[in-house]
Amino acid sequence: MFDTFPLWPARASTTAGSVDALFVFLVALSALMSLAIFTMIVVFAVRYRRRKGVAAEQIEGSTALEITWSVIPLFIFVVIFVWGAVIYFKERTPPRGATEIYVVAKQWMWKLQHEEGQREINELHVPVGRDVKMILTSQDVIHSFYVPAFRIKQDVLPGRYTTAWFRPTRAGTYHLFCAEYCGTQHSGMIGQVVVLEPAQYQAWLSGGGAAGSMASNGQNIFLQLGCSTCHRSDTQGRGPNLAGLFGKAVQLEDGRVVTADENYVRESILTPSAKIVSGFKPIMPVFQGLVNEEQLNALVAYVKSLNQSPSGAASGLTPDAKPQEQKVQ
Amino acid sequence: MATAAITLERENYLNQEYGIKSWLLTVDHKRIALLYLLSITFFFFIGGFFALLIRLELLTPAGDLVQADTYNKLFTMHGQVMVFFFLIPSIPAVLGNFLVPLMIGAKDLAFPRINLLSWYLYIIAGVLMLHCMLTGGVDTGWTFYTPFSTAFSNSKVIEAGLAIFISGFSSILTGLNFVVTIHRMRAPGMTWSRLPLFIWAHYATSIIQLLGTPVIAVTLVLVVLERALHLGIFDPTRGGDPLLFQHLFWFYSHPAVYIMILPAMGVVTEIVPCFSRKRIFGYNFVAMSSIGIAVLGFLVWAHHMFVAGISLYAALIFSALSYLVAIPSAIKVFNWTATMYKGSITFSTPMLYAFGFIGLFTMGGLTGLFLAALGIDVHVTDTYFVIAHFHYIMVGGAVMGYLGGMHFWWPKISGRMYPEALGRLAALIVFLGFNLTFFPQFILGYLGMPRRYWQYPPEFQVLNVLSTAGSTILAVGYLLPMVYFLWSMRYGKIAPANPWGASGLEWKTTSPPPTFNFEQPPVVDWEAYDYENTAAPQEARFAG
Amino acid sequence: MPDSPIAVAHHNPELRHHFADMEQQRDASSLGMWLFLATEIMFFGGMFCAYLIYRLWYFPEFAAASNSLDITLGTANTAVLICSSLTVVLAVRAAQLGKRRAQVVYLALTLVLGLAFLGVKGMEWTSKFKEHHIPGPSFHFEGSVPGHPGQAVDQQHAQIFFSLYFAMTGMHALHMIIGVGIFSYLLYYAWKGRYTPEYHTPLENSGLYWHFVDIVWIYLFPLLYLIDRKK
Repeated sequence: MFDTFPLWPARASTTAGSVDALFVFLVALSALMSLAIFTMIVVFAVRYRRRKGVAAEQIEGSTALEITWSVIPLFIFVVIFVWGAVIYFKERTPPRGATEIYVVAKQWMWKLQHEEGQREINELHVPVGRDVKMILTSQDVIHSFYVPAFRIKQDVLPGRYTTAWFRPTRAGTYHLFCAEYCGTQHSGMIGQVVVLEPAQYQAWLSGGGAAGSMASNGQNIFLQLGCSTCHRSDTQGRGPNLAGLFGKAVQLEDGRVVTADENYVRESILTPSAKIVSGFKPIMPVFQGLVNEEQLNALVAYVKSLNQSPSGAASGLTPDAKPQEQKVQ
Repeated sequence: MATAAITLERENYLNQEYGIKSWLLTVDHKRIALLYLLSITFFFFIGGFFALLIRLELLTPAGDLVQADTYNKLFTMHGQVMVFFFLIPSIPAVLGNFLVPLMIGAKDLAFPRINLLSWYLYIIAGVLMLHCMLTGGVDTGWTFYTPFSTAFSNSKVIEAGLAIFISGFSSILTGLNFVVTIHRMRAPGMTWSRLPLFIWAHYATSIIQLLGTPVIAVTLVLVVLERALHLGIFDPTRGGDPLLFQHLFWFYSHPAVYIMILPAMGVVTEIVPCFSRKRIFGYNFVAMSSIGIAVLGFLVWAHHMFVAGISLYAALIFSALSYLVAIPSAIKVFNWTATMYKGSITFSTPMLYAFGFIGLFTMGGLTGLFLAALGIDVHVTDTYFVIAHFHYIMVGGAVMGYLGGMHFWWPKISGRMYPEALGRLAALIVFLGFNLTFFPQFILGYLGMPRRYWQYPPEFQVLNVLSTAGSTILAVGYLLPMVYFLWSMRYGKIAPANPWGASGLEWKTTSPPPTFNFEQPPVVDWEAYDYENTAAPQEARFAG
Repeated sequence: MPDSPIAVAHHNPELRHHFADMEQQRDASSLGMWLFLATEIMFFGGMFCAYLIYRLWYFPEFAAASNSLDITLGTANTAVLICSSLTVVLAVRAAQLGKRRAQVVYLALTLVLGLAFLGVKGMEWTSKFKEHHIPGPSFHFEGSVPGHPGQAVDQQHAQIFFSLYFAMTGMHALHMIIGVGIFSYLLYYAWKGRYTPEYHTPLENSGLYWHFVDIVWIYLFPLLYLIDRKK
């Protein structure tokens, strides 16, 4: 009976345990507080009910009591705040070296793409025990990527990337919900996260006919769109050298210093005039409308891959390589 | 009895003039309060009807009662009607309008004509909202998030936005009236520290109404302009930022929840001392806690946005501030409880509603601590946990406070007693029905059932069925007072001036009061909650 | 003032029945107007907030767009409004001194100045329409970022400037129109001799409103017209 009537969500990530611990603490605290207040009220109601000849005692108040029952809750609240903040800090700091999954949400489905190239719709396969970082964006309205079993949720915005991460701890199939109202089929925008044992995951990976990794797709797009004309791997290009760029600090022409993260790369492609790199002219063409979300993701993955080695030679992906397909003139 | 006959014939605000014009063109704050009573009750029914349809749909996991688009409109309009056309006006516009001048010893509010204008603005907004509902409705959620509301929804966003914009002015004018009245129209001797705490609560509420409502007004203007003219202020495909909308929206909508709860707290603070025959414990702390809630309430809005894409550091700050605002609310609960200590307690209907309020508000408030904890919020935000939390406060708190106040002051308003046994029965039914409706939703939320879901996975069904069952019981509990209040206007026992033996200037005039409130303008030389020197209740049931 | 029978006979006809005396009525009206102006600050504040954020993000486009506004007309309008606040103050002073004709003159001048402001605004908006700077399908901003002749302006970011420009000056103009309506009403009743040294609260309070609308413009003008103007 309880299979179909669960009272507690499955616990399938490293975060779930800590979230549940704080939750249980808060439930216990609330139960205690409620019980205390309710008991006092009931006891007072009975003990001090109206009786003939017994008058109420007019008590003005007690500053000492007021201070006590303000300060003690304050201390308890500080504890809860810190505890919750620590969990949140961990949730919002993806570990280094996490496997990256690019997610594009649209009305009303989830499109997910693995670095290796596998595409999935409304389903995400991941192995137990590996850190997974999701890079999310929306094609239209705000959605929210929610996996109750992992205790994670992150709004997915149009026009920028947001990130979330998890490490699954138990194999199984878990609900994926859209948790930000997004229109007619908001409640139909659900799927599942399939956590596999590492061996099974490898099998699944090689089974799918992936059309090249995201980074290599990105390289193709990079070449087809002519990006390599200006973004060369030497200092002669009209645009900055992208090798080793991702994750570094970039000095802009107006003096600001920004970090070259996913949002920076995306913005540079769509609205290049927003941030001009110091020492370069504002001549990069605008690619808004010329690339869709999946292509943007592939380009981001490609730029990241250029960090592998200074010239990208080891991974075989150099900015100057020729495209794999015939470029249509 | 001779007294009853005289009371019946004595001229009061109800029988001073008859005819529809005397009501629609009145500037008497008491008549305007009744006009509001009728209108908000009407909208309560509409919002409640939408709620019943929602709960009926949620009996089964599949979407099989209404279509998805219809369901989306139902929860949107349930929220908009309940928030803007019922909860925000309710206590201030009905009980506040009626009682503020009486409690401070004034003849009327500072601006009686603006009071009437405020009601007409509410009605115009209400008619526009009704028209919107009847000609297609709106499906954006009451929160209007962009870019869905500005660029994707195919529903009547502009009309709904305009209706709420106009209702906002009604709210602002009520708040303005109260602040000026409380500052300038107190009777001689009615110092700030002698004011009933109901007045302090409405003062704090009015400050929020004045300073917060204009922000949502301008936000709705921008949304309407954006939708009509494709501007791009909130649309990322046009260079705008959807998060800017969220900040502007919640900057009002968070303080708005304090507009909804502070007056109810004021009501409870009048009821508990009366039925404990004791002054309130810690008057200054209760008064200051209202002001504290109003001020701190403006500083916490982004706790609705912890997963929206705000920075980690912003989240930390708003979480910390959210814990601060819980302290003054906790103070009130402790002070009410302490007031009962060594009191002389009776269990009238108003007192039962006050108990219900304290219990349910405590639970709702405690679950707020869960939501303020960042790590927990990530899991439960946008789920039924949040829905349960705010219904515990809005319905378990504000509505019970409203009903408690209606019962407490009904004799003053109508000159009649409501039937006490039925009153207590209804209070009990409401309490039980409420808990059955909303407690399962905490569990549903932690399990992961998101909000605004027309269909859901089958394992959530049992809890949903429990919740729907509770809602039918709750509906019965709400219908009962509608019926017996009406009944009492004709057949209820004639009420004396002070049936409860309560302190407060409103009880020193007749039930119902004359048009100008007091035969002689009062001069106050006693402290608030002077239960030491206030005669025991005249109501036989509660006489000592 | 006690409610003695003798005192009743001397009640100012403008005293509303729920007030004890004229002083209470005056204090209440005045406080009411100040509170209303506080709500107006919050109302405009929302738009100022949006403006500040986008100006931080899109400074080059905001500067370019700001430079395309007519600074002469903007300055003239600022002077017009400041003078109109002066005439309002003088009208109130005239009422305090019981001078009916002076009241009428100053109120009429205020109206003229207010209408002049609106007229100039209309001219500015018309020229914006001709230059295709009105947000919408036909929006197009020609021009480069000030100081960077080669750098083209992002059309979307420029459109955001103009969206805010029209929203803010439009809201301001709406308040001016309402002000003109109020002052027409005041002009009529001043001419009828309604405002005396004992009772001229409507003049004072409307004056407060007018001064507020003036101050909003004094913030709008530099924020909208004077970004990065290097002359």
